[in-house]
Amino acid sequence: MKIHEYQAKELFRTYQIPVPDGTLCLTPDDAQKAAEQYGTPVAVKAQVHAGGRGKGGGVRVATSVEEAREAAEAIIGMSLVTEQTGATGRTVHKVLVEQGVSIKKELYLSLIVNRDDASVTIMASQEGGMDIEEVAAQSPERIIKVNINPLLGIQGYHVRQVCFGLELEPAIAKQAGGLLRNLYQLFVSSDCSLLEINPLIITGDDTLLALDAKIDIDSNGLYRQKVIAEMRDPLEEDPAELEAAEYDLNYIKLDGTIGNMVNGAGLAMATMDIIKQAGAEPANFLDVGGGASAERVEKGFRIILSDPNVKGILINIFGGILRCDILAQGVVQAAQAVDLKLPVVVRMEGTNVEEGRKILKDSGLELINAIDLSDAARKVAEIAG
Amino acid sequence: MSIILDENTTVVVQGMTGREGSLRTKYMQDYGTKVVAGVTPGKGGMEVHGIPVYNTVKEAIRAHGEIDASVTFIPGPALKGAVYEAIDAGIKFVCSPVERIPIHDVIDMVSYARKHDVMLLGPGSLGMITPGKAVVGWLGGSVDWASTLFDPGPIGVISRSGGQSGTVPWALKVAGLGISTALHIGTEPVLGLTMADVLKKFEKDEQTKAVAVFGEIGGTLEEEAAEVVANGEFTKPLVVFIAGAWAPEGMRFSHASSIVEKGRGTAQGKMKALTEAGAYVVDSPEEIAPKIKELIAV
Repeated sequence: MKIHEYQAKELFRTYQIPVPDGTLCLTPDDAQKAAEQYGTPVAVKAQVHAGGRGKGGGVRVATSVEEAREAAEAIIGMSLVTEQTGATGRTVHKVLVEQGVSIKKELYLSLIVNRDDASVTIMASQEGGMDIEEVAAQSPERIIKVNINPLLGIQGYHVRQVCFGLELEPAIAKQAGGLLRNLYQLFVSSDCSLLEINPLIITGDDTLLALDAKIDIDSNGLYRQKVIAEMRDPLEEDPAELEAAEYDLNYIKLDGTIGNMVNGAGLAMATMDIIKQAGAEPANFLDVGGGASAERVEKGFRIILSDPNVKGILINIFGGILRCDILAQGVVQAAQAVDLKLPVVVRMEGTNVEEGRKILKDSGLELINAIDLSDAARKVAEIAG
Repeated sequence: MSIILDENTTVVVQGMTGREGSLRTKYMQDYGTKVVAGVTPGKGGMEVHGIPVYNTVKEAIRAHGEIDASVTFIPGPALKGAVYEAIDAGIKFVCSPVERIPIHDVIDMVSYARKHDVMLLGPGSLGMITPGKAVVGWLGGSVDWASTLFDPGPIGVISRSGGQSGTVPWALKVAGLGISTALHIGTEPVLGLTMADVLKKFEKDEQTKAVAVFGEIGGTLEEEAAEVVANGEFTKPLVVFIAGAWAPEGMRFSHASSIVEKGRGTAQGKMKALTEAGAYVVDSPEEIAPKIKELIAV
């Protein structure tokens, strides 16, 4: 789960990680008041779940109260397009107005869960403010990586590797030591999967300050993170995906025309690959899971059909845990309920497959049987043209 | 022969008195697995399907002697402690079927297992089956269905998809080939046993003549497997399908592990590494069985 910058900074404050003073503003009036309170300059920053906000015009520095108000007027309600939002962009609903600070040097700092060796990795660089992937590609020696075995936790030598690596002056290094330990505690205690500060700045009066803050929370840990779970922002999520999540279905909307419903994520991914190989584009990813009831399958169907781009549907079920007859009942119920007009290609295999096929056949729906996965994809691609 | 699991492997089920634990214990027992004990704190003295239950793993070992394997049907919040308990009791193979474990718990468990040289299958693994001999976890689901899907034979199967860990063996069976051992490697982004670990075990197993892999985008399991092939630690025929070639970067498909991030873990990269190492990469899961058959016949 992603959270906003202002929320990440609230967590930072809780863990004594220094951040600029700031106020979340929903209107230009609020922004004006905040600017009056802090004195200019202030930064006005769009709060959306996407990186690259600066390049997209979502972050502005205002040197007067009027400018702060204008910036908020321009940003709130705008459709912010960044490299991470896609062409349609993301509507901005709120801005963070922050007190301006003097910047002596910009650093980069992040913590991630390292999948390869089951550790927590600290990454740091003197190339702050830059796109860190670019730095990694062009001058990997400029990035310091320190792996922390979770059974040990953060130790003095980890901190020293980072501080000496960044060539910090002793006074700054002392602050950085406390900051790294606090960040590590925050990272582990709050079930973070990613924590990034870009830039972490050294101010004009030699203080470390987290100018930006990005945190991703591991959804699997949310059950024990009551405060963070409340930070979920439904405005940043696709309504159909939220609805699917309520029914414990894995649905992701895509841009193609072939709706599909599959049991098992692996098979679903393979099905999308095969649709693509057949020359068509999948309209979604939908894993109905192993134990999907007729009701959940019906719900999944409604979600697929809510996408107007869908021209044909492919059902691909290998019935081990999920019985084909139960699936068939769900399909028929949903089709009758929504007055299905679209052609459906069905590839079923497994438990009670004959009963399942019979239920579909007797339903009066436009159903096309497929002998295997490739056959199914070909047939549905033909239908969709 | 087979790898890791056979009819002589003794098994303790942690969480045996729970709904899942009890149900899967019955399945494992009926299939032939030597389930010797169960553990549920506070339920010591009970029996489940005729199997004695103890309060702790240590107690179970005191009563039954060394136990080879544990299967943990333990709810997520308590899983880490249960895995630590099994490892500290000296158990060398732990199968963890529970999914959606907090990643910080996973890295703790995996680190602890590696430190103690314990094979941790999962977390998020449906389990492992050596057809006709034993099963741990719920792979197969019922004796009837397991008999439909899995025949004994010469092919090892490793799958990153739960469903496909049954489907690939079934397709091989339809093609006339049986399985030495099949396993679901787990769905979490960090796993105990890796594909490379398992390939090295299949290399040493005489029964296994070839290995089929259902791979996925994300992570580096397949890249590590390619290394094992390239450096000669695995020399048998290896046929691999990688799901998710189509997937856009940054999109997570259901498993936490199947996500391409920052250009890492792409299907194309995995295919290239495996092909260059000498493995056979196929374009559809339905091509796995025919390819294996062709290679075995040579």
